[in-house]
Amino acid sequence: MGTTILLPPELLRMVFTAVVVIALVFLNSLILGYVERKLAGRFQLRPGPMEVGPHGILQLMADAVKLLGKQFIIPQAANSPLFRLAPLLAFVPVGASFIVVPLSQKLQVRDLDVGLVFIVAVMALNMVATLIAGWASNNKYSLFGAMRSVAQSVAYEIPLLLSLVAVVLMTHTFNMQEIVLSQDNIWHVVQQPVAFLIYFIAGMAETHRAPFDLPEAESELTAGFHTEFSGIRFSFFFLAEYTNMFFVGSIAVVLFLGGWHGPQLPFMDYSAAVWFLLKVYSLLLVMIWVRWTFPRVRFDQLLNFCWKYLTPIALVNLLVTAVVVKL
Amino acid sequence: MTTNPDNQQQSFFLNMGPQHPSTHGVLRVLLEMDGEYVRDAEPVIGYGHRMQEKLGESRTWKGFMPYSARLDYVGALPCSHGFIGLIERMTGIEAPPRAEYIRVITSELNRIASHLLWLGAFLLDLGAFTPIMYTFDDREQVLDILEDVTGSRLTYCYFRVGGVSRDIDEPFVEKTRAFIQRLRSRFKLYDDLVTGNIIFIKRVQDIVQFTPDMAMRYGVTGPILRSTGIRYDIRKNEPYSVYPEFDFEIPVGETGDCLEVYRVRLREMEQSLRIIEQALDRLPQGPVLAKTPRQLKLPQGDASFAVETARGELSYYLISDGGETPYRLKIRTPSFSNLSPLSELCRNVLLSDLVMVLGTLDLVIPEIDR
Repeated sequence: MGTTILLPPELLRMVFTAVVVIALVFLNSLILGYVERKLAGRFQLRPGPMEVGPHGILQLMADAVKLLGKQFIIPQAANSPLFRLAPLLAFVPVGASFIVVPLSQKLQVRDLDVGLVFIVAVMALNMVATLIAGWASNNKYSLFGAMRSVAQSVAYEIPLLLSLVAVVLMTHTFNMQEIVLSQDNIWHVVQQPVAFLIYFIAGMAETHRAPFDLPEAESELTAGFHTEFSGIRFSFFFLAEYTNMFFVGSIAVVLFLGGWHGPQLPFMDYSAAVWFLLKVYSLLLVMIWVRWTFPRVRFDQLLNFCWKYLTPIALVNLLVTAVVVKL
Repeated sequence: MTTNPDNQQQSFFLNMGPQHPSTHGVLRVLLEMDGEYVRDAEPVIGYGHRMQEKLGESRTWKGFMPYSARLDYVGALPCSHGFIGLIERMTGIEAPPRAEYIRVITSELNRIASHLLWLGAFLLDLGAFTPIMYTFDDREQVLDILEDVTGSRLTYCYFRVGGVSRDIDEPFVEKTRAFIQRLRSRFKLYDDLVTGNIIFIKRVQDIVQFTPDMAMRYGVTGPILRSTGIRYDIRKNEPYSVYPEFDFEIPVGETGDCLEVYRVRLREMEQSLRIIEQALDRLPQGPVLAKTPRQLKLPQGDASFAVETARGELSYYLISDGGETPYRLKIRTPSFSNLSPLSELCRNVLLSDLVMVLGTLDLVIPEIDR
């Protein structure tokens, strides 16, 4: 009839993927949210959530239900369309990023040749959402948060990308799966310890985690860019934050920590996802640990640290890598 | 937004408070901002005004006694100590030695509790979430000890004219000694967790400068004054109660920046522990409440009495015309004077620094507003 109809298996695959990705996003946030609160409790000499379910494991579900039931308030002075758009814009890219994450050799939605570029690019969209949220709220504190967020993301994206490029120089590919395969014998973290450290620090800044949580610095800016958001739209920012953490961890694991490589398991093509997730969550645990231990840096110190130390070191590291690879 | 025609720079006003997590109560700071830089910071007070001085004039001194603990609820005992001391000075009643010792012990415990709360809240202002839980853990011990003897945890009405309402017992002494041991070992933990942290040092060192001159112009007292190098503490300079009998030092700083204030407060806690230890060792026996007439009227005349609270010098000035109620009661509170230099201190600092400075001042807002 002239129109192209998607083949049913392909359509099925897409629907299935969408459902799984959304489920994973929520599941990851539930797990991370619970782990974070429990760990924070341990660091702070208190038990953490205990009431809902055994040891409070259902606490995050209860919170989600509560947030769903809350009224969504749009301030009168806010820019309504943008205000509605911002949470969605924060949430949708993180779903898209899941497409290229290689959980195991077979468990990957699409094995894009430019996988690394894709995931980094899509994650950077989060910054736009923050900026829109801060601007549309028409609140000075929110605007402060948004301005800080953009300055911070622009600054830290540079050392972050430079450290990733160092690995790409070694593997000659942007394909996530191939990068993992190239670490069959030795993980890149051994060859690129400096790049890994830079990536990890920049990644923490990229996800606005303490001590780099300036856009939502609670004691200065109340809640920063999401001060005016309530209900489910607030929880979209929350979901986006935790999912972004997961991606920062994923990229680190794929590029530096051998991806899904690990001791042999039955059905390794699929079950290797266990190793992958184990590594990701170990990294995230360190991030949580750092968050609950250190005070927050100041804004100018944050930028100075990036431009004066991280970026030059990343550049030198890149140069050395290039020379060594050429030799 | 307003435009400044001179340099074409735009500045705008930002209301920090009265509902803001870092103003620790209902303080409002009107900020003139240029981007992230604070051009001027003007404190606006009065949101927690409760007419404390007028209350003191509209009821008998007995009726005002519980109110004195509501001034500075974080370190309430020195506040009531001041008011009780004033009444005793006017009426010429003297508390028995055991009562004076108990007053010193409980006051110093309360000072430690106040400093511990400050330590946690200050670090919370700097974005470190965890230390406040540790300091609260220690502070709870103090509050438990004080609850056993005074019956309340925050706003005590324990001191009476001529003594204290209840005697301390053996478990109290044991618990206090255990607490002294515990807190001494905890100082190391705080040092490891906070003092050596590079982020912390970069955040507080040399950001703003308290100078002796500025401190004297504004009447700043307490640890902030001492951090500039001036050795002024009511407990030594204008001794009251049995403080002269104890061997303790007044920690002073040199540079007068916020890191120095932090250090002075930590060292003050150690000195308070020393005082408590000595007081427990030498605790005299005897009654804790002197015989006082049932109807005690204030004689005609005026008097003042100053004490060193955790925040600085708190003094009462009372004029009596011989009637049922005082003619005038004036309360000088340390937080009010300590807040005053804010505008001069916080010119051209970042918003984060302003939050840090507010934390350093250790304000208790109801004490400012009275």
